[in-house]
Amino acid sequence: MSNTVWVIVQQREGKLHKMSFEAVRAGQLIASMIGGTAEAVVLGSQIDEAAQQLVGFDLGAVRTIDSEKLADYTPGAYIGALSAAVSQANPGYLVFPHTYQTADYAPRLAQSLGGALVPEVTGVEQDDAGLVWRRPVMSGKLEARVRTRGDGPVIVSVQSASFPADEVATGQAAVESLSVDAVDLVSDRQILGVEEAAEGEVDLAQCEYIVAVGRGVGDADKIGPLQDLAAALGAELGASRPVIDNGWLPRERQIGSSGQTVSPKLYLAVGISGAIQHLVGMKGSQVIVAINKDRGAPIFNVAQYGIVGDLHEVVPALAAAVREAKGD
Amino acid sequence: MKIAVCIKQVPDSEARLRIAGDGKWIEEDDVQFVINESDEYALEEGLTLAEKTGGEVVVFSLGPDRVREALRKALALGAARAVHLNDESFAGGDSLATGKALATAIGKEEFDLVLTGSQSDDAGYGSTGSVLAGHLAWPHAWLVMGVEMDEDFRGAKVTREMEAGMNEIFHLAMPAVLEVQAGINKPRYASLKGIMQAKRKEIAPMSPSDLGLSAEEVGEGGSGLEMLSVALPESGEVAQIIEGEPVEAARILVEKLQKEARIL
Repeated sequence: MSNTVWVIVQQREGKLHKMSFEAVRAGQLIASMIGGTAEAVVLGSQIDEAAQQLVGFDLGAVRTIDSEKLADYTPGAYIGALSAAVSQANPGYLVFPHTYQTADYAPRLAQSLGGALVPEVTGVEQDDAGLVWRRPVMSGKLEARVRTRGDGPVIVSVQSASFPADEVATGQAAVESLSVDAVDLVSDRQILGVEEAAEGEVDLAQCEYIVAVGRGVGDADKIGPLQDLAAALGAELGASRPVIDNGWLPRERQIGSSGQTVSPKLYLAVGISGAIQHLVGMKGSQVIVAINKDRGAPIFNVAQYGIVGDLHEVVPALAAAVREAKGD
Repeated sequence: MKIAVCIKQVPDSEARLRIAGDGKWIEEDDVQFVINESDEYALEEGLTLAEKTGGEVVVFSLGPDRVREALRKALALGAARAVHLNDESFAGGDSLATGKALATAIGKEEFDLVLTGSQSDDAGYGSTGSVLAGHLAWPHAWLVMGVEMDEDFRGAKVTREMEAGMNEIFHLAMPAVLEVQAGINKPRYASLKGIMQAKRKEIAPMSPSDLGLSAEEVGEGGSGLEMLSVALPESGEVAQIIEGEPVEAARILVEKLQKEARIL
């Protein structure tokens, strides 16, 4: 195991996923801690354009694995390509942006390389015994500090908005191609296409006021008072994932990593605990207000204002107070 | 189809969490445990597929004695029997250790399909099913939102969740490991008849030696991660909490939104 840190960026049609830059920042930080070098790795087909977006950063190299067999993402081909590349270059760390694509294949890569796996890293520090990683547990209510063991490479995925992309150190890096044997690139999926998950057309990204409903509302028939509050505010209703999964509101109102990303003037989170998958979809809001019965809910860490209490009592009172203030 | 479904028992999402004396995990004695949310959807998907194809579901879980309650619930919902990986040495495993143990247990029988949830609500590694698939050398998919089995059961059209409201669709050869995302179906409730029948169904305990694994290969010993501590997350800003009875708190909040935040 060397002290080279590989940052496996994610690209699509020549464009880098925005979390790739955050992963580059994490990779640079890790490299500086261990006294090593960070390098970027780009996989895909016709990826020169994607690689060029990385040459202005402080990286030892921008390595490309370019093959037609990597044009469509499949775990089999991607794991095959990276396993072969790792066995040639022997990097000590592989850093991924934690996306729905990398989280599909990085664990299996860790298993096949005999490495350690640290998913959803939100921070890294160093002590006498080595690197210590922070990651959310208990759906984000607590944060764990973990250390890795073993001689294999350390595979890390970094959670969104934990390593600021604007802190990436600039420099000059050369593009170097890594050649892997095409027999290692075996697709294990026959790609049929993509579709929109929701049929409806509620564009919450355009809304100035959003009342977002969480699991804490308890049941579909208890959403009425929230609708009334939304009406008082001139807001649209949004929802966190469990509300959608339970069928209490339609999927086109889902906010979070697998739904819409919003940044309204006012985001009123009602009965939402604040799992990371929800927070990434709304933390850009101008003002966040949380109403939750659990004072320890992570939503209070991103909110500016909070009311701790029973939402079924607070919501009608809030609707009345809004109407009174507006003179309705 | 003969289908293996892996479930995990986790603290209820409403549970008040207290950090244990050693600072490394939560105090388990004072929380209620339930079947992990996405695993409930995986179980429902398995039961539906088994009914459609005239097959059966065998449910697997790793964990201490309390896990029998979760397995009993799965049996009440319709699983034919259960396998319980229960031994002190299984404790404290990460996804690499737990995935290996489950794969070894599942590999002792012949299955056409393995279903798991996509992520646990406690440790949240989101990777045990993928590791399991790697050990079995079967294809896998994470965040599955739809499964349409081919008529000959030798493949399936799978819908997988992507980011920003999109799904990707592909065909996968069976046997495979599908890691199910919450929301794929509508989990059933147990019937009284199911609960009664479950009492007579088998929960087979399994130890590392039953699996041909040494104690060092499982649990904490087989893990690539060592847990140092858990704590409340650090945060830069903390919400200004508005105190008072609901009516008073609502009035103060509206005033702050008008005069301080100036957004109303």
